[in-house]
Amino acid sequence: MLEIKNLHANINGKEILKGLDLVVRPGEIHAIMGPNGAGKSTLASVLTGNQAFEVTHGDITFYGKNLLELSPEDRSREGIFLSFQYPVEIPGVSMVNFLRAALNEHRKYKNLEPLSATDFLRVMREKKTLVEMDNKLANRAVNEGFSGGEKKRNEIFQMAMLEPRLAILDETDSGLDIDALRIVANGVNKLKSPDNASIVITHYQRLLDYIIPDFVHVLYDGRIVKSGGKELALELEERGYDWIKKEVEETV
Amino acid sequence: MSEVLLDQVTQADYKYGFTTDIETDIIPIGLSEDVVRLISAKKKEPEWMLEFRLKAYRHWLTMKIPTWAQLDIPDIDFQSIAYYAAPRKNAPQNLDEVDPELLKTFDKLGISMEEQKMLSGVAVDVVMDSISVKTTFKDSLAEMGIIFCSFSEAVEHHPDLVQKYMSSVVPVSDNFFATLNSAVFSDGSFVYIPKGIRCPMELSTYFRINAINTGQFERTLIIADEDSYVSYLEGCTAPMRDENQLHAAIVEIVALKNAEVKYSTVQNWYPGDKTGKGGVYNFVTKRGICKGDSSRISWTQVETGSAITWKYPSCILLGDNSSAEFYSVAVTNHHQQADTGTKMLHIGKNTTSHILSKGISAGFSQNSYRGLVRINPKADNARNFSQCDSLLLSDKCGAHTFPYMEVSNESAIVEHEATTSKINEDQIFYCNQRGISTEDAVGLIVNGYAKEVLNKLPMEFAVEAQKLLQITLEGSVG
Repeated sequence: MLEIKNLHANINGKEILKGLDLVVRPGEIHAIMGPNGAGKSTLASVLTGNQAFEVTHGDITFYGKNLLELSPEDRSREGIFLSFQYPVEIPGVSMVNFLRAALNEHRKYKNLEPLSATDFLRVMREKKTLVEMDNKLANRAVNEGFSGGEKKRNEIFQMAMLEPRLAILDETDSGLDIDALRIVANGVNKLKSPDNASIVITHYQRLLDYIIPDFVHVLYDGRIVKSGGKELALELEERGYDWIKKEVEETV
Repeated sequence: MSEVLLDQVTQADYKYGFTTDIETDIIPIGLSEDVVRLISAKKKEPEWMLEFRLKAYRHWLTMKIPTWAQLDIPDIDFQSIAYYAAPRKNAPQNLDEVDPELLKTFDKLGISMEEQKMLSGVAVDVVMDSISVKTTFKDSLAEMGIIFCSFSEAVEHHPDLVQKYMSSVVPVSDNFFATLNSAVFSDGSFVYIPKGIRCPMELSTYFRINAINTGQFERTLIIADEDSYVSYLEGCTAPMRDENQLHAAIVEIVALKNAEVKYSTVQNWYPGDKTGKGGVYNFVTKRGICKGDSSRISWTQVETGSAITWKYPSCILLGDNSSAEFYSVAVTNHHQQADTGTKMLHIGKNTTSHILSKGISAGFSQNSYRGLVRINPKADNARNFSQCDSLLLSDKCGAHTFPYMEVSNESAIVEHEATTSKINEDQIFYCNQRGISTEDAVGLIVNGYAKEVLNKLPMEFAVEAQKLLQITLEGSVG
């Protein structure tokens, strides 16, 4: 579904991604790991069309479409969802209004009629149960006054509502205690299907105890320098990143 | 990114720009004692009304246009303005008699009187230019003793009430624009709610400026007698004009013992074009008095229009235990300027006031909040809370806050909070990432920001106001 070829991207003139390649097929979970500053979050931003980043080289196709030509909102409507590392607060905008606007935009894109208020609320109830989302949170303004853990849970709830084809989880485990981590991971696992895929960006192996990846990639200095199965994550946890850095330097 | 976005959202055109060809009876331009007499004569007013006007006019001649506001007001030539325009045909008794052109205008505005009458249960007193054309529901209200009519009719049929209360809240010599209004006011609405009566419907008036170069000088007087209640709505859109149009209205509210008055406005006069050409100059004096003990007045305003807005709906808290509220959303875009706020004058004991002001500025506009809270020496246990927030949508606009506090009683508690924020690119991207376009995101964010105020509006107005906020800012964020 997703094919990234030789991707180069800058922020403020500084090159962060330096020739990244990645192929994701339906049903797969890819974990992207790597040290601070390797470009993990930049990859998430570039995939979702954050205009702070400039793509200088390379191609990204999503189901055959040139992703780089699509606006951020159209990428979302095509089924790319980002669980933000730092979800923003939108004071005064209720979760109901926000998600209803979002969901109906997605439906419009697919030439479907907007959901009626009753149907929408029914869907919202179902998904809330699915991801163990607190009723109280769903009735508040978007992320306003939410704790770190509540914000992350709210991201997964929105993911459940929008049913993306490709979900990118950017450091979803950061700032979560072990119970919240389990709830978030359960949500992700329940939403998994043979038709959708996930890219899980993480620092630590911890999340991968709950979300079992099919592939683990190490991102270092703007490139994927090593790929493997889930055991690679365990090796990284044990040995850190230094040996990878050494390997890379030796190859160069 | 927000540069481009802001530009896009603010580049949209005014959607209500059209004029109707109704025969209008205009008197020659210019202002003199003769013109004042002519206006009074055309309206067949009694002698006391003419005297009132002349007194105001003579005083006005001694006054100067105020310059203290954070506004760049172009020179206004008061001799180049026509001070009276009335639809020529006689006031009709029912819709069939109303000029079909006028009805079409209301259809374009989406305020078909038929619909208004049948669906919303709102009695509409329509002021087209200067004369009240049609009053609905008057009869059914009259059965309860409620008077809801044009100001002219009130002068004719209820002179005792008019003489007792007119200028009791806004004195003839109050300020330059109020004094001008007192001399030349054309028409407006009059409301009287008798003792113990709760007005069963929202009373509403739509105002509309429609004759070239005609100043609009409405005058509204609302009296709520003891233990009564009324909610009054005023909303307006105006046709597109190149000439600057002067608008100087007066609204006076009197709340007697234990009475409650809610006054809500959605103001959408023509703001001028993108370059700042044209637009209405809106100099309004609105003031209420909580005259009796335990009376309450609340002002809610959504200000999106006019090239220049100079408006401070205020309350005099005279009665003990009385309370007043001011809720405001003021949006400025392109080259609009707004200097708006309130005055809360605490005189009685145990009085409370609450101020909530939300300013939104885009484009090159200037948006100021100016508010006075005065606690008089004898106003024991007075309480005020003010919150003034500003939201900026571009880096070329301005937001200013001018709070004034004069506290002369030690028992008073006065609080003021103010915030200024810029619309956040991260918020917009977050919405984009969920599939919401930038324009809709701005609408959502702005409506969320203004929600506390919009929630104070009656239902039918709240929906209109939300749309208006988004329309006003169309093309302004990128």
